[in-house]
Amino acid sequence: MQDRLNSLIDLLLPVFATLAALLVGAVMLLFLKVNPITAYSALWEGAFGSTNALAETLVKATPLLLVGVGICIAFRAGVINIGGEGQMVIGAILGTLIGLNLEGWPGWIVIFLALLGGFVGGAIWGGIPGLLKAYFNVNEILSTIMMNAIAVQMMNFLLRGPMIDPSQAELASKIPQTARLLEAFRLPRLVPTRLHLGAAIAVVLAILVYILLWRTTLGYRIRAVGQSPQAARYAGISVKRHIVLALLFSGAFAGLAGATQVFGVNYRMITDGSATGFTGSAGFNGIVAALFGQLHPIGTIPASILFGALLVGANKMQRVVQVPSALIIALNGLVVVFVVSSEIWRERRQRDRLRAAAIEGEADASGPSPAVDPEVGI
Amino acid sequence: MSDRNVLPSGQAKIDELEMVGIVKRFPGVLANDDIDFDVRAGEVHALLGENGAGKSTLMKILYGLYQADEGEILVSGERVEITNPTDAIAHGIGMIHQHFMLVETLTVAENVALGLKSTRGLLTDIEHVSERIDELARLYGLFVDPAAYIWQLSVGQQQRVEILKALYRGAALLILDEPTAVLTPQEVDDLFRIMRQMADDGHALIFISHKLHEVIEISQRVTVLRDGRKIGTKPTSETTKSDLGTWMVGREVSFRPIKSESEPGEVRLRLDNVSALSNRETPALKGVSLEVRSGEILGLAGVSGNGQRELAEVITGLCPVTGGSVFLEGEDVTDKSVAERTERMLSYIPEERMRDGMIRNFTVAENLILREHNKAPYARSGFLDLDQIAVHTGDLIQEYNVKTPSQETYVKSLSGGNIQKLVLARELSRQPRVIVAAQPTRGLDIGATEYVHQQLIRQRSSGAATLLISEDLDEILALSDRIAVIYEGEIMGTLDAHDATAEEIGLLMAGVRPDERSEAVG
Repeated sequence: MQDRLNSLIDLLLPVFATLAALLVGAVMLLFLKVNPITAYSALWEGAFGSTNALAETLVKATPLLLVGVGICIAFRAGVINIGGEGQMVIGAILGTLIGLNLEGWPGWIVIFLALLGGFVGGAIWGGIPGLLKAYFNVNEILSTIMMNAIAVQMMNFLLRGPMIDPSQAELASKIPQTARLLEAFRLPRLVPTRLHLGAAIAVVLAILVYILLWRTTLGYRIRAVGQSPQAARYAGISVKRHIVLALLFSGAFAGLAGATQVFGVNYRMITDGSATGFTGSAGFNGIVAALFGQLHPIGTIPASILFGALLVGANKMQRVVQVPSALIIALNGLVVVFVVSSEIWRERRQRDRLRAAAIEGEADASGPSPAVDPEVGI
Repeated sequence: MSDRNVLPSGQAKIDELEMVGIVKRFPGVLANDDIDFDVRAGEVHALLGENGAGKSTLMKILYGLYQADEGEILVSGERVEITNPTDAIAHGIGMIHQHFMLVETLTVAENVALGLKSTRGLLTDIEHVSERIDELARLYGLFVDPAAYIWQLSVGQQQRVEILKALYRGAALLILDEPTAVLTPQEVDDLFRIMRQMADDGHALIFISHKLHEVIEISQRVTVLRDGRKIGTKPTSETTKSDLGTWMVGREVSFRPIKSESEPGEVRLRLDNVSALSNRETPALKGVSLEVRSGEILGLAGVSGNGQRELAEVITGLCPVTGGSVFLEGEDVTDKSVAERTERMLSYIPEERMRDGMIRNFTVAENLILREHNKAPYARSGFLDLDQIAVHTGDLIQEYNVKTPSQETYVKSLSGGNIQKLVLARELSRQPRVIVAAQPTRGLDIGATEYVHQQLIRQRSSGAATLLISEDLDEILALSDRIAVIYEGEIMGTLDAHDATAEEIGLLMAGVRPDERSEAVG
């Protein structure tokens, strides 16, 4: 009973933290002379108020989830992947190239190949920093950020030159974008909204990654390397190889997110010169979603939806109560700070419980009977 | 020096410091049992003893890191209270820790100034500090650039910074905790030159060590501790290495577990002229050759830091050799990986069980499958078989009598003894053909120690070849069939456990070869 209550509190802790963050946000809104209740109902309305709103929330959540699931793998291996933005861009480029060059092929084959291309592109972009870290001891935080810059410039170059929409090439405006994908090559929609198959793919992959991390020997080794490289090495696990693999997978999921954005939402690549213009910062927000989901792929699902909702709902709130967009970013930040802080609290509670349990176990051990308690060890 | 009571640094001398009747108890351990100790201006007083003899505890009490349960400290005859390092520093006592307390990314001057009040209030006064460092460096011959960053300095230079730090804070008495453990021979020579000069200038120095030849070389007096008690204090000139060796380790063997006569079979582990470097790139093993046979335990005795760690890691494949070969059951595995050696049923009980042997944030079950996680019954075609894992780890927990609330408990919340039982369960249950056990009972209580010993003897009966690396001579004598002694990366000799005495082994541990012995004793 006590246990159940404890785990319920643990589970609800992020929710309380989110509410606390919104409370602080309410104070900020009051300073701006905005009624927080009006503002928050607009936010709720915008995120969940209609089928369309809900669909938009899920559309925004999809790349966050894909990136976040990859982040779970990298962080579990003890490597920090800040390169989601670049990995998304490269995945999108590779996917788009496939989509634009296979005209006349059956749609589902092209979609499959394009998503695979995105997966591979991201894997390459994540794998390079992985190799650099494993074999040349290059800090992966730096290298993944650098790879972001390279990817963006590559995108800008390709979309202004080799990959530019032929019709734009003839115009003086020369908008840096590719041609639109054929209708047959677009990810099917799930309901008559913008919600596309990518969302379902992301959820399935989140479950598969959970299985990878906790049910396969490869995942076991990745987590071992992340928790203790020394113990992993001692047990004969190659730390280098698993660092590379983790970044490879991590990049692959971000790359897939990039390709999914092109094939499910935009149907073309277009650049405003920055990565954000294409990714909407999903490469970074995915990290937040993963951390929010306690680096657990399944936990990342609701976390992504929450951040998707904040992004979509905030737009509506901005329109309705006319607050500066910076406030929305601040609100996002508050949620992150509160949730991460509550995480520390949760860990402390858990540690205290474990310690209490261990002391009980020790006490049992010092009892007269050396026989193992039937409840112990099963 | 013109004024006889003033040191070159301008600080007053400590004519005599006495520790009287010091008693310190830790739960279950009497770390210091009524110890008297004194040191005078102008001398190097060596404090000698094995690990766990109580040297560090005594010095931590002097430096205010621990409080004595009984006894008092007198500075020049006057009783003083030292409740924290700030008090110690105020009384002119400085300590150079074995692990340097320096911030790598700061400069020498910044490190020296760290924690001190600046003469300029909130602004730093690095120029002033640098001048004073230069001055002290000139006076003591401790040349080091105040503007250099710590990470740029060699270990020997970093140690000088530590000494400067103490002098800057006005230390008249310096405690050096195993200062040579991390130094190359050349750096040791430099350190000794500096120590001699400081003593000549009127400083009082306490030199903690377990290396006999260094004690003989540098100290004027020597005090030996063993098992928390003081064995005696003597002028160093009236002692010999062999006296000190006997004092340090010579004792009645407390117990020998009853074990059957060994029936050694074929050679399972062979090292042929193996050399290797330490992680500081200094030679750690110099042409080590040894053999361990099926059904025997070879004890490797030696004072810590003489190459034991590297030897264990060379055998298990964690440390590359720079020369020589390692054979497992006749097969040359020198270039084989850790995993490949594991395949050949080599098991390893590591010295640092919490760092190498266990993953703190993994559960008991996850830790139990660490070595064989990708084999049946734990895994099938790349997937973990959670049911089988639960069954088998449950059996192991029961068989090895591990006290844990459940299999899902994180290892970090278990006690040291239970953690070592988990390591044993994992490493010994796989029916290893060769076992390397490094300090398998360090830090364990008597019950857990006995349990580990029983398990190792059980493995010996079932034919495993065991290399037991230990600093605990009682343990070596109790378990081994043969005893090899390592000193500065070389095997000094191998003795039959039947007629080996603690004294004999103690001498070899101190680096005294049998042919030098007559001279040393005479």
